[in-house]
Amino acid sequence: MKRRDFLRLAAAVPLAGSLGGVAFAAPAGGSRRLLILVELKGGNDGLNTVIPYADPQYARLRPRIAIDRDRVLKLDDQLGLHPSLEKLMPLWSARELAIVQGVGYPDPNLSHFRSIEIWDTASKSEEYLEDGWLARAFAASPSPAAYAADGVVVGAADMGPLQGGTRAIALTSPEQFLRNARLARDAGVARNPALAHILRVEREIIASAEKLNAGHVFQTDFPQGAFGNAVKTAAQLAANPAGIAVIRVTLGGFDTHANQQGVHANLLRQLGEGLAALREALIEIDRWKTTTIATYSEFGRRPKENQSGGTDHGTANVHLVMGGAVKGGLHGAAPNLERIDGNGNLAHAVDFRGYYATLLERWWGIDSRGPLKGRFATLDVLNA
Amino acid sequence: MRAVLALLLLFLSLAGNAQGQAIGYDGARHLLNRTGFGATEAEVRDYAKLSRLQAVDRLLADTPRVAAGKPPAFVDEPPMPFYKYRQLDDEAKKAELRRVVERGLILREWWFREMLTSASPLTERMTLFWHNHFATSQQKVRSPQLMYRQNVLLRREALGNFGTLLHAVARDPAMLIYLDNAGSRRQAPNENFAREVMELFTVGEGHYGEKDIKEAARAFTGWSLDRDSLEFTNRALWHDGGVKTVLGKQGRFDGDDVLDILLARPETGTFIVGKLWKEFVSPTPDPREVERLAAAWREARYEVKPLMRAMLVSDAFWSAEARGAIVKSPVDLVVGTMKTFEIRPATLRPAVLAAALLGQNPMSPPNVKGWPGGEAWINSATLLGRKQLLERLFRGSDAMAMTMVAAEVPAPMEGQNPEARFRRLMERGMRTYAFDWERWSKTLPPANVERLVLAMPAVNPMPEGTEGVELVRHLTADPAYQLK
Repeated sequence: MKRRDFLRLAAAVPLAGSLGGVAFAAPAGGSRRLLILVELKGGNDGLNTVIPYADPQYARLRPRIAIDRDRVLKLDDQLGLHPSLEKLMPLWSARELAIVQGVGYPDPNLSHFRSIEIWDTASKSEEYLEDGWLARAFAASPSPAAYAADGVVVGAADMGPLQGGTRAIALTSPEQFLRNARLARDAGVARNPALAHILRVEREIIASAEKLNAGHVFQTDFPQGAFGNAVKTAAQLAANPAGIAVIRVTLGGFDTHANQQGVHANLLRQLGEGLAALREALIEIDRWKTTTIATYSEFGRRPKENQSGGTDHGTANVHLVMGGAVKGGLHGAAPNLERIDGNGNLAHAVDFRGYYATLLERWWGIDSRGPLKGRFATLDVLNA
Repeated sequence: MRAVLALLLLFLSLAGNAQGQAIGYDGARHLLNRTGFGATEAEVRDYAKLSRLQAVDRLLADTPRVAAGKPPAFVDEPPMPFYKYRQLDDEAKKAELRRVVERGLILREWWFREMLTSASPLTERMTLFWHNHFATSQQKVRSPQLMYRQNVLLRREALGNFGTLLHAVARDPAMLIYLDNAGSRRQAPNENFAREVMELFTVGEGHYGEKDIKEAARAFTGWSLDRDSLEFTNRALWHDGGVKTVLGKQGRFDGDDVLDILLARPETGTFIVGKLWKEFVSPTPDPREVERLAAAWREARYEVKPLMRAMLVSDAFWSAEARGAIVKSPVDLVVGTMKTFEIRPATLRPAVLAAALLGQNPMSPPNVKGWPGGEAWINSATLLGRKQLLERLFRGSDAMAMTMVAAEVPAPMEGQNPEARFRRLMERGMRTYAFDWERWSKTLPPANVERLVLAMPAVNPMPEGTEGVELVRHLTADPAYQLK
């Protein structure tokens, strides 16, 4: 069987010397580079997102939930997008959508909770780290003091990769945040860890509220629903005059153990519509060129469907990177459905820390070795 | 005999110092806030004169296994079978979903009322603890009747026996739906329940392998639901009767056998005692104490009451470091505030919505791991939400404040998302939650106000001459009010 091998990894440029906070150091002139992370909570089914429709194994492994060849949105003669991702096709055509296949890590953990902890802290499988990978990156290369925040978490209960950071805030809508910020007060020293945490959050609120502005009115129509609201908030934050280095939005519900088809189609539709609206909004405020959007998820799902018309927890997965500076096309390595391990899982080709290293180094120009605790090959997905 | 001995040892191990002295006002406040949802001045004074043992024994003496309040009438209606739901047209489906959401709210109001008024708040706290441990969400179960039945089960064993509870939860219809076991059959077992029962309900992560999950999943095949009544049914034809190997044991196991294997593992006791420690004592469990309690608990065949007794009389529970060391959950904050300030509203819907908007919507935990709790309750969004809620509650009823509240409530908009709608309903409803300073302050001396309201001294100094409802506003706005 003819099988593609997209090992562009080999072409990844090794880092020469250490880089300073290049992008962060020069915020003037519209070069403030924004990263928007999109967490697909629950473990997105990568094989039904970017579909190897030409591989006979695909239909064989998934008699009930395979997407019909005719309905797939063809990217080339092997791969196609799920039909619900129709709104992303213009990005693909414009070469602003990079598809990174085979992202994972050695000795994968299939617990939702442990696995997202590994992704959030960029730890090894057996290593337990307290702080998020972005918190460590910002600790080493702080964003400019003029920024409103290092990071903003939109509409989620957890701080994810910003956990442990000093300049990160969470909010649902900027208007509401600003309305309530007057209730925070900066009050001295803590007497116990729980109190120390609360006092730190109060200080973050005060510091960010001074520089946040919720005023921008968009022409763009945002989709209805929670994810539509989240991307609208992300767009408003991107329009904020004082910079923000990273914004995280979340789309939940990907834990599709049973009757996956309808649920997954609906989730991908929300994702595609939300991201397309976000692009339009960023173009409207002239920030598309200075923004990169990247998805992540705790794991992928098993190639073989289960008896309930769903999929169980798996390993290597596909991720999407979008933006005005993105090198569109296929990256990483296509999953090899002939080589499934004893647990029924796919092998990975790209270490998720290499995915992060790409964002840190190629987008922001900051050295990733400290924050990621090692050197990981970057991907050539950005024209930065 | 061994079990009796272990129980005895569990009791004797607490006979340390300071057991005979009265716990005092601050001690009583600490105990009641940790084991209930807030406490009134009268309750605190009542417990203040007891010794540790007397106080804890009194808490544990009468812990009902059923709720005192009458449940909503719909719980007796048969739940709608899935195949019937699937046959509905789109309009009827929408109507049914609306009804499920509405009934879910009514059910939560009923539970909140129980937390607020129960003679045994500890029973409700333990019920909530087990709900968070065996987390199951209505979002997926979509049947308020089944969620109610699970709640009844959790309360029945809340302070009963963990082994009994585990076996019953594994057959509980809401759980069978939530973790996809209802459709699991021998041809292709669904692994969801088998994985979570090990990772989250018993031994905890790192004490089993992928192979154990697969084998255990085979043992649970056939545990299913009657398609009409949605009652548990064991489908012999779906069950894999073959030999399985789980955690080194081999046999033709069924689900109960696997649960017994998991209960026999020492890690199970350690895992759950650690969680209870974080719930009741402090965010940083003392590993040696946890081991000691877990060993005795296992010997005592997982009876919950003696374990709780041992934990609540321990020096660690009463230590200075433990005071104010735990972040209040949204339910603590909302129900506890109402209890402490004796706010008794006609409807608890705004309280339910407030807790949900602050991140804790009972019967709808975010996932099977439940709410992470602790510091994770507080980020900039939730902290501001908490402060706004408290400000609203204690703003008083002067005309100026009322106009401000009214101005803040946005008018309903077309196509508004549910969160915005619920927020509006909550904000409107909170206006009916009146705090009566005149009545409340009659029952307690001014010096007791701060001691009753805060688990530790206020962080922000009180401006000179602050008194009356202004004092309450100040104390509840203080960061220390977020702690218990």
